[in-house]
Order: sequence, then structure tokens, then C-alpha cells
Amino acid sequence: MAENGYNPTELLICTASRLVPDNTTAFIGTGIPMLAASLAQKMHAPNLVAVFEFGGVGAMLDDLPLAVGERRTFHMAVAATGLADMVETAQRGFIEYGFLGGAQIDPYGNLNSTVIGDHDHPKVRLPGSGGGNDVGSHCWRTIAIMPHDQRRFVAKVDFITTPGYLSGPGAREAAGLPVDTGPYRVVTTLAVLGYHPDSKRMMLLATQPGVTIDDVIENTGFELLMADEIEEYPPPTDEELRILREDVDKDKLYI
Amino acid sequence: MKVLDEGIGKLIQPVDLDAFRKSNHSKPKQLIDKRMSEAEAVERFIHDGDYVGTELYGTVRCPMSLVNEIVRQGVKDLRMAGQGVTELDTLLAAKLVKALDITYIALEVYGVSSVLRREVESGRVETCVEWSNGAIAERFKAAAMGVPFLPIRSMLGTDTFKYSAAKAVECPFTGEPICLLPALILDVGLIHVHRADMYGNAQIDGISGFATEMARASKRLIVSAEEIISNDEIRKNPGKTIIPYFLVDAVVEAPFGSHPGEMCYVYERDEPQIKEWVEASKTEDGADEYLAKYIHGVKDHQEYLELIGKDRLEQLQAMVPGRS
Repeated sequence: MAENGYNPTELLICTASRLVPDNTTAFIGTGIPMLAASLAQKMHAPNLVAVFEFGGVGAMLDDLPLAVGERRTFHMAVAATGLADMVETAQRGFIEYGFLGGAQIDPYGNLNSTVIGDHDHPKVRLPGSGGGNDVGSHCWRTIAIMPHDQRRFVAKVDFITTPGYLSGPGAREAAGLPVDTGPYRVVTTLAVLGYHPDSKRMMLLATQPGVTIDDVIENTGFELLMADEIEEYPPPTDEELRILREDVDKDKLYI
Repeated sequence: MKVLDEGIGKLIQPVDLDAFRKSNHSKPKQLIDKRMSEAEAVERFIHDGDYVGTELYGTVRCPMSLVNEIVRQGVKDLRMAGQGVTELDTLLAAKLVKALDITYIALEVYGVSSVLRREVESGRVETCVEWSNGAIAERFKAAAMGVPFLPIRSMLGTDTFKYSAAKAVECPFTGEPICLLPALILDVGLIHVHRADMYGNAQIDGISGFATEMARASKRLIVSAEEIISNDEIRKNPGKTIIPYFLVDAVVEAPFGSHPGEMCYVYERDEPQIKEWVEASKTEDGADEYLAKYIHGVKDHQEYLELIGKDRLEQLQAMVPGRS
């Protein structure tokens, strides 16, 4: 990909950035989601309302925050509140998009960021839910951003930290999660994936530039559903890359 | 209410509302000068085996001068609520933590915490009970309200729920499943603020994380402040006071109290110092050496700041936009 002039991180940022429309609200975590939100604000979504879980509401993402609670998360913001208010705002249905990540994802979009192996005697202890479970429970649509390989795309996650569609259609509602919420897209270095409206299983929608459908299948540890038409996702444009490099991450903190 | 499902995690702090009320009732309501050093505050108010909470977000507004003093005094077998970066990493590295209500412990942009991995994978931390950030904040809120639980619509259907101490019940009003979170009443809460008066009236600038709830969920509350101001100053802008004095047991003046983390509008975070910890903490020996140098090697916060150096601290202040 480098010969085309962008690296995998830049590809993920540009891809995710296009998925959030203007005049919407998005729950933003550190890292790639923040860069994607900042790029979106500078491209097509100047009025994207960035919500940070420790209380920043509607910040102008001029400088990149290094942490979810630092001053840049409420730079020129409309309000600076607190954690309970942010989660409750999502719980009341105000937050449209939520970004998520994890060490593992399964066909229903369930995410693991807690342990590899057994919970009480873990092989690897990971950070834990953080705000992930809240975002995955309350936001209308969640977008997972992941590197794409067989270790991460697994038939069964070791631990469901954050709910996707759980065991399938109707499972979220049966558990008591808000209706009409759940996983929307998965953005990877190989593909853009969605979920089948009936079976709620992960479905390939588009391949990243230069990637074949077979590449995606080979790097996924479960059977993927295929959309009727699988597109090639348009590569990052010169303008996106310029704004990303010269403006969004001018100090080269992430890219 | 019909209980539909229960987490198998231990409730590591009992929900004793009447004891909490009695403790609150016994707190002095008169204006008393509560200023003291970190050493005195930790010695008087934090004991082995206590359930302790620290309020912060990531490296931001983190009560590090108090945490470092806990390490210096070796207060052990602590049970803690974990939404943490530098402070929980430090306490875990010092092997003072026995049980965790954990939401997130890692190093944000620097990834997974090596210390958490060592302490949990070795079994030295005996208990990890899982929660989401929202759940922990609402647990504090329940305690702050003085009620035994609060309902929330997250956690449901997941292993985060299964390994928590929450319960799912059939809501008596809607008939739908809802997750109930037990109130979390702290033995001791530690909060670092921008400014406080000698009595404990405390103000925070910018976002307030979960300080409002946690301050009200603490039986004993230690406030450290960048700056001590007069009671007259507090009374000029009472809308900013999120912690009134009668919640507070100790007031510690701690300039750069969040170092190596930041304090919005006052100083930026010390990136080289944080990186030094990230690198050092990758091995047990490295972490021990770091603690020996920066915590055990100095007698108090003042000496710690001298070790970091005046020039460096002034640089961190100058990095605040509008200051340079």
C-alpha cells in the first residue's frame, strides 16, 4: 500500500472518517477514532458533534488529544460535563455513532478487550471494557476499527466485553439492550464490512484498494457473508491525505 | 422484583447505607482548617485493606502526590475501583493492590499495561470484578444518592456482566430486563482539584469526570489542590464549587500534584516522564527501580518536584496555550 502513497493507519482513518455524516453525534475514543472525527470535521462534517466520555461535548478537534479526558477533548467545546452525563446522554438515545476496538471480534460483532484465555487465570490480561460496553450498548450505530487477521476475526471471542448482536437476531432486545441499536460497520485494512439485516452476521461490503475477496476470506477466522455486489472502496484522496498530514496530525503523533 | 441473572463477580465492598449515613452524620460541620501534608493525610485516613478510589481520567488531574505517598508508606492489601492509568499502574507496581473493580487499566496511546498483566496473570491481584466505565460512575452515583443501587441499560448480555457483581432483573414498571448496579461506597476517595480553601471547598476547571459523584460516595475524602485559596474567593464563585467542605477530611496543597499527568489550563503532561514509566514498567526490575528513584528516593512531594526540576516544570506550564 505504501507505493500508493499512504500507510495502513491513514487508510483506516480516511475510511472511518467517511462513515460519519455531518450534523450527527459521535462518541469518540483516543487514537484512530479521534483522527477520523477530526478529518471528518475538516472535510465533509464541520458540525460533527464529538462527544468524549469524560465530559467533552462538541469540541473543535484542532489539536489531537492524547487522552480521552485532556483539554483538547473540550477545546472550544459547547459544554464540559462529566462521565455519568455522557453515558446517560448515550443511554437516552442522543448519540448516533460510537467507535470501538478490541483484540477480538466475532461474526456478530461482539468484541473482546478484557482477557485472552480464562477470565480468572488469563493468558493475557487486557485493559477491560472502559467505555466500550457503554458505547456498544447505547449508541445507535457502532463502528469497529480493527487490524484484519485470523487471530482477531474469530468464530468465538474469549470474552464478550462489548455487546455486538450477541447470539444473533433478537438477542440484544431479549437481554434488555435498547432496540434498534448495534454494530453497523467494521473498518479494517482489508475491507469494509457490515451485518446482514436478518441474520445479523458479518458481511463483506467492500474491499480496500488492491485487496481481493480471497485475501479477506483468508484473513477471517469464520465464514463471511457476501453482499450482492462487493465494491472496491475508493482509496484515500489527495485532499484527505493532505489535510490528515498537514493539519489533523501535523505533529505526527499517530500517522 | 424477579432476578433474571446475576454476575458471579464478588461484591468486594458491602453496600452498607446506614453505616454510610452514620459516617456522614459524624463529620464535623463547622469550618475547620483541614490542611495537612500528604504524609499526615495518608497516615490518618488510609489503612491496610481499605477500599480506595481515585478520581481522574487517564493521566489527567490525577492525585499522584497522594498515590506516591501511599507507596512510600506501603499501605497494603488495598481494594480499588479501577479506571486508571498512571496512578493504578503505580500502586499495582508497588504490589499494594489485592482486589479490583476494574473498568480500564492501560496506558492509552502507549497500549496495554505491563504492570496490570504481571499482577493479574501471576494471581497477585486476587480478584478482578469487571464493569464498564459508565457502570462504575453510576455505582458512585447510587452511593452519592444514598440508595442501594441504580439501573443501567449497559452491561446486559455480556461477559462483562457475567464477571461483575451486577444483577439483571425484570423491571417492575416495564417488564423488560434491566441491569442493577450496587452502590459503591468508598472507605477513602482521593481527588485532585484546581483549587480549594483550607476547609475543603473545592473547585475544578473544565470537565469534571466523576468527581461530583465520587466525592459524595466517599466515607473519607482527601482533596489535594494545585492551589489553596481563601474562603472569600470560594464564596465569590460558589457555582464552581463541586465539593463542599463538609465532605472533605483532609486538604493537601500539591502544586504539580498530577505530575507526570496534566492539569488543564495549568500545566501539560510530561511526555518524556510518562514514556520513562512506560519503558521502565515493562519489567518488574525496571518498575522497582523507577519507584526507588522517584518515590522511595525522595521524602515527600516537594523533594519529588525538586528531582524533576524547576526548569522542566516551568516548561510544562509554558506549554499551556496562551501561556508562552
